[in-house]
Amino acid sequence: MYKVYVYVTLKEGVLDPQGKAIQESMHSLAYDEVESVRVGKYFELTVKDTGEIDKRVNELCDRLLANPVIEEYRYTLEEVVPN
Amino acid sequence: MKFAVIVFPGSNCDRDMFDAVRSHLKEDVEMVSSSTTDLSNFDAILLPGGFSHGDYLRSGAMASVAPVVRAIKEEADKGTFILGVCNGFQILLEAGLLPGAMLPNRDLAFICKTDLVRVANNNTVFTNLYEEGAALKLPIAHGEGNYYCDEATYRCLVDHHQILFTYENNPNGSAYDIAGICNERGNVLGMMPHPERAVEALLGSEDGLKLFQSMVANWRGSHVQHT
Repeated sequence: MYKVYVYVTLKEGVLDPQGKAIQESMHSLAYDEVESVRVGKYFELTVKDTGEIDKRVNELCDRLLANPVIEEYRYTLEEVVPN
Repeated sequence: MKFAVIVFPGSNCDRDMFDAVRSHLKEDVEMVSSSTTDLSNFDAILLPGGFSHGDYLRSGAMASVAPVVRAIKEEADKGTFILGVCNGFQILLEAGLLPGAMLPNRDLAFICKTDLVRVANNNTVFTNLYEEGAALKLPIAHGEGNYYCDEATYRCLVDHHQILFTYENNPNGSAYDIAGICNERGNVLGMMPHPERAVEALLGSEDGLKLFQSMVANWRGSHVQHT
């Protein structure tokens, strides 16, 4: 069993209206040092080990979790040993 | 001419679409579930607005992997007319039937109003009953209608005359004021404004009617009418 932690973020160059609004709120709290905010998505999957986990997770990200036109993704794996 | 209105879980403009075809075009129309795998009996496929699958993940993302989308792709390859409005446009983008993607509106607000939309290309099966450059009053209602594409994709859209509608006063931040685009072949159209909500004066505008009438006229032009 694996825990898969997937992070999906907007590509550089794609405007992020949410990030911009959040940044403005940070500035109104006087955190003026924050120069940019980019909002992304985070997924935790629990996946059975089929021996090709990287291939399958990459496929899932390309086909569903991320839209390659505007987003990119990265993930980390953690092997879970059942008790 | 027989139209299909695809109903996804969370579609909410399906009845408007159905009614536009039945009451105003007087053509055959059927509601079809998104679990359908064969659309070969239909001459045109309409993807209505709404919030398919709750708009979770990204608007249209989960609908774009529904069983019916494989059938829609088969019909697109055959040249069947396919129109996606609002969430239907988002689904066509997510399914890769049209280039680009949608982002949240520039000002983050859900926009619901009637807007002016310009016919940028009237030389298509969807728009040839309009005058080129005509300004249409069409309702818009969306939170994620901020069309995005990169420069290379935009050049390609321009070169192949795929931009059919542009906003007169860009309400949502869409790249190049784009409100509606078609595929290179010209048989798949996605647009954020709602032509099906503008088919009679009582609704505030009938400027959307000619889009559907264009589809019918062009289909009739290429098919012998069965009597």
